[in-house]
Amino acid sequence: MTSQVDSPAGPAALGEQRVPGKEIKRLDRVVIRFAGDSGDGMQLTGDRFTSETASFGNDLSTLPNFPAEIRAPAGTLPGVSSFQLHFADHDILTPGDEPDVLVAMNPAALKANVGDLPRGAEIIVNTDEFTKRALAKVGYAADPLGDDSLAAYRVHPVPLTTLTVEALKEFGLSRKESERSKNMFALGLLSWMYHRPTGGTESFLRTKFAKNPKVAEANVAAFHAGWNFGETTEDFAVAYEIAPATAAFPPGTYRNISGNLALSYGLIAAGVQAKLPLYLGSYPITPASDILHELSRHKNFDVRTFQAEDEIAGIGAALGAAFGGALAVTTTSGPGVALKSETIGLAVSQELPLLIVDIQRGGPSTGLPTKTEQADLLQAMYGRNGEAPVPIVAPATPGDCFTAALEAARIALTYRTPVFLLSDGYLANGSEPWRVPEAAELPDLTVEFATAPNHEAADGTAEFWPYLRDPHTLARPWAVPGTPGLEHRIGGIEKQDGTGNISYDPANHDLMVRTRQAKIDGIAVPDLEVDDPDGAARTLVVGWGSTYGPITAAVRRVRKGGHRVAQAHLRNLNPFPANLEHVLKSYDKVIVPEMNLGQLAHLLRAKYLVDARSYNQVTGLPFKAEQLADVIVAITAEATEENADV
Amino acid sequence: MSETTALPASLSALSLVPKSATRQTAKDFKSDQEVRWCPGCGDYAILAAVQGFLPELGLARENVVWISGIGCSSRFPYYMNTYGMHSIHGRAPAIATGLATSRRDLSVWVVTGDGDALSIGGNHLIHALRRNVNLKILLFNNRIYGLTKGQYSPTSEVGKITKSTPMGSLDAPFNPLSLAIGAEATFVARTLDSDRKHLTSVLRQAAAHPGTALVEIYQNCNIFNDGAFDALKDRDSAQEALIPLEHGRPIRFGADGGRGVLRDPATGELRVVDVTPDNEAALLVHDAHAASPATAFALSRIADPDTLHHTPIGVLRDVERPVYDTQMSQQLDTAVEQHGRGDLSSLLAGNDTWTVVG
Repeated sequence: MTSQVDSPAGPAALGEQRVPGKEIKRLDRVVIRFAGDSGDGMQLTGDRFTSETASFGNDLSTLPNFPAEIRAPAGTLPGVSSFQLHFADHDILTPGDEPDVLVAMNPAALKANVGDLPRGAEIIVNTDEFTKRALAKVGYAADPLGDDSLAAYRVHPVPLTTLTVEALKEFGLSRKESERSKNMFALGLLSWMYHRPTGGTESFLRTKFAKNPKVAEANVAAFHAGWNFGETTEDFAVAYEIAPATAAFPPGTYRNISGNLALSYGLIAAGVQAKLPLYLGSYPITPASDILHELSRHKNFDVRTFQAEDEIAGIGAALGAAFGGALAVTTTSGPGVALKSETIGLAVSQELPLLIVDIQRGGPSTGLPTKTEQADLLQAMYGRNGEAPVPIVAPATPGDCFTAALEAARIALTYRTPVFLLSDGYLANGSEPWRVPEAAELPDLTVEFATAPNHEAADGTAEFWPYLRDPHTLARPWAVPGTPGLEHRIGGIEKQDGTGNISYDPANHDLMVRTRQAKIDGIAVPDLEVDDPDGAARTLVVGWGSTYGPITAAVRRVRKGGHRVAQAHLRNLNPFPANLEHVLKSYDKVIVPEMNLGQLAHLLRAKYLVDARSYNQVTGLPFKAEQLADVIVAITAEATEENADV
Repeated sequence: MSETTALPASLSALSLVPKSATRQTAKDFKSDQEVRWCPGCGDYAILAAVQGFLPELGLARENVVWISGIGCSSRFPYYMNTYGMHSIHGRAPAIATGLATSRRDLSVWVVTGDGDALSIGGNHLIHALRRNVNLKILLFNNRIYGLTKGQYSPTSEVGKITKSTPMGSLDAPFNPLSLAIGAEATFVARTLDSDRKHLTSVLRQAAAHPGTALVEIYQNCNIFNDGAFDALKDRDSAQEALIPLEHGRPIRFGADGGRGVLRDPATGELRVVDVTPDNEAALLVHDAHAASPATAFALSRIADPDTLHHTPIGVLRDVERPVYDTQMSQQLDTAVEQHGRGDLSSLLAGNDTWTVVG
C-alpha cells in the first residue's frame, strides 16, 4: 500500500462523518504514551498508531518500554508496559521527553507514568479498571479520579472496557473475549483525536486474524467504536491536526522501520552485495532475538539461520561457515558477548570475516534485559585475552542500523576480521521513517577468494601461504575449502608470519601481535563530520550510538537559546576516524554524554590526552533532550567564564 | 525429492563431495608438518590408519576438512594435507556444524578427545548428535588429560590417582557410547588405536553414514596413562575382554567363541554367558540398524569400567534419520519455490510505503 504525502488521504470514510462544531487545533508535534498491563496489547496499539502516523507522513520516533517478564502479575506496577510515540510536522530526533497525552488502561499504568507528565497534559483513563481492589494493589489509598490529585492535568475518564463490550455485543463473543479489544477502542479514539488514516489498521486486523474472521471484525468494530466515541462525546471537544513533515524528508520512498528490522535487512543486503550466502549462528537473547526471527523468514535470499545450543555454539557455527566462505554473523546481547569472547579471539587469530552483533542492554550480568544501555563498548574493545583488536561500528538511529550493518560487513570482508556492530535496546525496538535505498546506492562488497598459490618455495614450486598479506590492507587471503592446491590449516596457536605454520618464536609473536593491531588501526574509515554552524563554538559534544537523537535535539535547543556548541557523532569506534584528534583539540571543552559511566570518554582521554567530560545516565532509558541541553549550557557557560578570567 | 530418499543411504553421506581425478595414496594426505606427539603415542597409529584409509574414498582432497578442539588429539589437522582448523577447547562440533551445514560439498571430520568432547565440549557434542549433522567425530579416549600433564578426565575410572586427585578421583565417569546413544546419535562405534584393520573398517562405515557418526577410539597415552587398555590389547586377555560386534551375527567371543551375550527374558538386560548347546540358538543377534536404541544402549553398558572386561567393539548403532544439513538446504529450496528468489528492492520497500515528492 502506498500513499503520497503531498496529498494525504486522511481518515478517509470515517473522517467524512466529522461532526461540525468540533474544534480542530493545529499542532506541530505531539508525544503520546500508551500504557497498560503487559497483557493489554499496548505494544501492538503503539505499533499500529506508529504505522498510521508513518503513512500519514509525519516524522516520528518511538520508545517501547516493557518488562522482562512475559506476563507480570496483572495490575501491578512492574507489569506496566508502555509505548511512547513522538510525531511532528518537522524533523524530530527523539521519542520526546514528556508525553502530552497519556493513555492509562489501569491504575498501575497511571501511577507508573503520571510522574513523567508535564502540567496540562491530557490523560485518558479506563475508568472500568479503577476498582477498589486495583487501586489498592498499586497503593492508591483514594481514587485519584475522585480527588484533586490530578488537578494539574486534563483528565478524560472513559469506561473503555464497558464501551468496548457494549460495541461488540452483537458478535456473540464472551465478555472476556470482547474485553480484549479494548486496546483497539483506545486506538480508534486516539486515531480520531489526531486525524490518523485508518485503512492500514483495518487491513492489518483482517490479516492478523485471517483465521478467525469474527475476532477480526470485532477488533475492527472496536476500533471504529473508539473513533466514533471521540467524534460524538462532548468530553473530547478538540481534535488535532499535525501536518505531514513534508519539508523534513528529501524526496524518495519511505517506510517506517525499527532498528532490529533495519539491521536484519542490512545483513541480507550485505550478503546480496557480497554475492555470498549469509549464515547466522545465534542463540535467543533479548533484545537481539528479533534479528534471528527476521532472518529466518528470508531463506530465499540464500540465508541460513542456525539456532544453536548456546551462545558459544552460535558464534562457533558462524566461524565455521566463515571458514567455508559465507558472510557469517552471530547476534546477541552483552551476556552473550561474554560467552563468545574466546571464539572472537580465535577469529582474530584466524583472521576470518565475522560479524558480531551486540544489541546492548542494561548490565552487568542479566541486568535489565528489556532496557537500553551503552555499557558494552569496553567489552567490545578489550574483552578478550591477549592483544585481540576488533573493529567496532555503532549505528546512530534505527534506520542507520541498515547502513551500519553494510559498513561492518565491508570492514569484515575487506580486512578479514571479526567486527562488532554495537546497537542497543533503544535502537532495536524504536522506529522512525526510513528512506528506502535504491539498489544502485548500496556498496559493492564483492570479495575475491584466493584461487591460486601465492608464493614460490626455495625449490621453485608454487605454494600457498595463508598468512601472506595484502600490502595495503594487511588482510590475509581467504582460501575456502574446495579450492584445489590451497589446502592449509589454521588455528588459535600463534602462526609464523606468511606460512601460517605453528610458531613459538618470540620475535615472530611480537611481529604478529603488532601486525594484527596495525591491520585494524589501518582500516579506512570516513572522517568525523563536525556540526559547528558558524565555526565559532568553543564546546564540542561528542557521542556515539543511540544517543545521536537526544544529543542532536539537545544541541538544537542550546543553539535556539543563543549558545554556540559544536556536535560530532562517532560511528566508527575502532579504529577512530583519523581526524578525531584534531577535532577534539580544536575545542576548549569536550562533553561526552553516554548511557554508561564514561566508556567513550575513557578511550578519548587515554588515546588523545584530552580533558573529555563525561555526562552519564544509566537508567535503562534514553537521555531526555531538555536535561542534556541544560548540561551543555552549564558547561558551555563555564567555558565562557574561564575564558573571561584569562 | 531429497538425496536421502533418491539415493541409497550408503551413498548419500559423500554423494555431494567431488571425487579426485587421480588415484590417491596415503602420502597425498600427509602434510609437510613434523608430527609432534610423544614417541609411542597411540595417536600415531590413528593418523596412519586415517591417512591410509582416506584414499579409498577417492574424494577430492581439497573437499576434505578436519576440525579439532584443544588437546593432544586436536593437533591432528596439522598433519593432514587437507583443509583444517585447530580451534578452541570443546568447540569443534559447533564450528564443524557451521561448516557442514553451509557447505554440503565437503567431507567434514572432527577430531576430539575425552576432555575436549566430554568435559568442556559436552554440550556441543550431544547437540551435534541429536541434530544429525553430516559430521564424522573421532573421539580419542585415553581416559586422562595429556596436554595439561596428567589430570583425570571425565572417562577416568573412579579413584584415579592423578596430580589433581592425590587421594583418588571422586567423579563417576561418562561412558561415551551410552552418552551418545542417549543423545539420539544415529551412528555409534568403538575401536582401538592398535587394531588398524578394525579401526579402518569402522572408519569406512562411519564415512558412509549419512549424519553424525561418533567413533570412540581407545587410545593409549604412554606418558600419563600407559597401559590403560592393555586388557583389550594383550593377546591372551583380549579374547575374554573384547566383544567384536558384527551386524546380523550372534554376539560371541572368547576362545572358540565359547562366550556369548544373552538377553535375560525376565529383565530384558544383557548378560555374558558361556555358550551351551541349550542357549546357543538364543544368543543375541547384533542388529546395528534396530530402530530402538535400547539394545545398543544395553551393549554399551555391558563392559566393566574398571577392568574393561566385556568391551564391545565395532558399530553398536547405525540407523537412518533425516540429516540436518540436507533438511536445512531443502528449506532454502522450498523458500525459493514458494516465494521466488529473494528480491532485495521489494524486501526493503515492504508493503507500507509513502512517497515524498520533491
